[in-house]
Amino acid sequence: MIPFFEARGLSFEAAWTVSTIAEILLIALPVMLAVALVIYADRKIWASMALRRGPNVVGPFGILQSFADGLKVFLQETIIPSAANKGLFLIAPIITFTVALMAWAVIPFNSGAVLADINVGLLYVLAISSLGVYGVVIAGWSSNSKYPFFSAMRASAQMISYEVSIGFILICVVLWAGSFNLNEIVKAQKDHVWIINGFVANPLLFPVWVMFLISGMAETARAPFDLTEAESELVAGYQTEYSSMAFALYWLGEYANVLLMCALNATLFWGGWLPPLDIPVLYLVPGLVWLLLKILFFFFIFSWVKATVPRYRYDQLMRLGWKIFLPLSLFFVFAISGYLMATGHFA
Amino acid sequence: MIQAFAFYLFTAIMLFSAVSVIFARNPVHSVLWLILAFFNAAGLMVLVGAEFIAMLLVIVYVGAVAVLFLFVVMMLDIDFSEMRAGFIRNAPLGLLIAVVLLAELGMGLGAWKTGALQLGTASGAAATPDGLSNTAAIGALLYTRYLFLFEAAGIILLVAMIGAIVLTHRQRSDTRGQNVGRQVARRPEDATVNVKPAVGQGVTL
Repeated sequence: MIPFFEARGLSFEAAWTVSTIAEILLIALPVMLAVALVIYADRKIWASMALRRGPNVVGPFGILQSFADGLKVFLQETIIPSAANKGLFLIAPIITFTVALMAWAVIPFNSGAVLADINVGLLYVLAISSLGVYGVVIAGWSSNSKYPFFSAMRASAQMISYEVSIGFILICVVLWAGSFNLNEIVKAQKDHVWIINGFVANPLLFPVWVMFLISGMAETARAPFDLTEAESELVAGYQTEYSSMAFALYWLGEYANVLLMCALNATLFWGGWLPPLDIPVLYLVPGLVWLLLKILFFFFIFSWVKATVPRYRYDQLMRLGWKIFLPLSLFFVFAISGYLMATGHFA
Repeated sequence: MIQAFAFYLFTAIMLFSAVSVIFARNPVHSVLWLILAFFNAAGLMVLVGAEFIAMLLVIVYVGAVAVLFLFVVMMLDIDFSEMRAGFIRNAPLGLLIAVVLLAELGMGLGAWKTGALQLGTASGAAATPDGLSNTAAIGALLYTRYLFLFEAAGIILLVAMIGAIVLTHRQRSDTRGQNVGRQVARRPEDATVNVKPAVGQGVTL
């Protein structure tokens, strides 16, 4: 977009600044809109699995429900507990929300259509997702209330535990793709197995993807692993003391994170913006559409799991992370690098 | 221009937060300032073209080490007046450490300035060979020339890890842990019996 602004008489610096801001808005605003609609979709999917109707009053089929909720929350008073650490209490939701949007910078929406086409894209995603825990931890501490604090402790332990296995899982993908750049990873998945685009068709990488899907749910603290906001034990977890827009920022950030996890699933294992099969006709559909379809498919899986699977107990969660996923993902790093060495993939 | 702006922005925030780490009254605030300093240091690394190191800095220090730090500091019940009480007594020791650190920093900078150490150019350019990404260049060095040092570091970390586990692990005899393997292996016929007793007769199990 830089040449476009330079052609309109701006200097390179000015053109760079304007085009970067424009690109950020071009990604962030649709993501926000998608989050609003996806919250509606989540409630609808959840409702139909429980044989309920879900939101159906505001707008056709209740599609405007999220916007109505947003407006309601916006008009509410922000209550700050008198014992809270005021500055940190207000910064925490901002951190969660900002971090949830930051990682979208490296997601490729089409061949070359990415805000920051950096060499270490995947590491950037890992770095940003590891920052997400701060919003929760700071909220838990600054609320100065016991349930948020329990929740913050759970969240920090949970996220660190699952990041370890996610790191190993990503290494498997990087080994096969030979790059940390997400666009290169997508390109490496073309014709991966016969005419199928995507690492997931590979028998060595399929179990890795299953682990990634489950770890992703734990990392975003989604349904079976939502111990940070287990309402039967911790009221609403770290959000207990939050109201109004601060609460809404958590809500939005959480769903933006879930969408990001879906996008990562699609990009790393299911071929990203590539069509599922390497057939010329399918390339007529723009890459963005394929990516969105894959993201929505994974979001459906996330909702489905949320509606059907009961919550884990905390020790079971830790056991799954450290005693099952960590050794298994380490094993797959060895197996995959061994296979790649044996077949001369790196030569 | 943009690089210079980013450099001064990151540096200013980093210096400010580094100073705030010391001057913050609340230890939790100190840790949070420290995290901000780490983060801006990562930004500076990106500016000199060491993006791999920058990302590792964020993942390892900000994402894991500082979280544990914060975790511990948050759980401590710290009495501020008690903390400040020993200031005069500990001041000479602190001053000594500060002088040593400053001298080391000065020596390092001096050695670099006189050209005794070849740590790349002052502009930070030409750090990586042409046609190689940062990650590939580091990997190529780490797994060839520095392989022994790399593996030695790995072994030291492994020993430390095992040591920490051995020191803290204790077998408790007063609790019953969940044995998942046994639970999964247990079949309904092992646990339940279906009997149809005659009226007035009990059941022996």
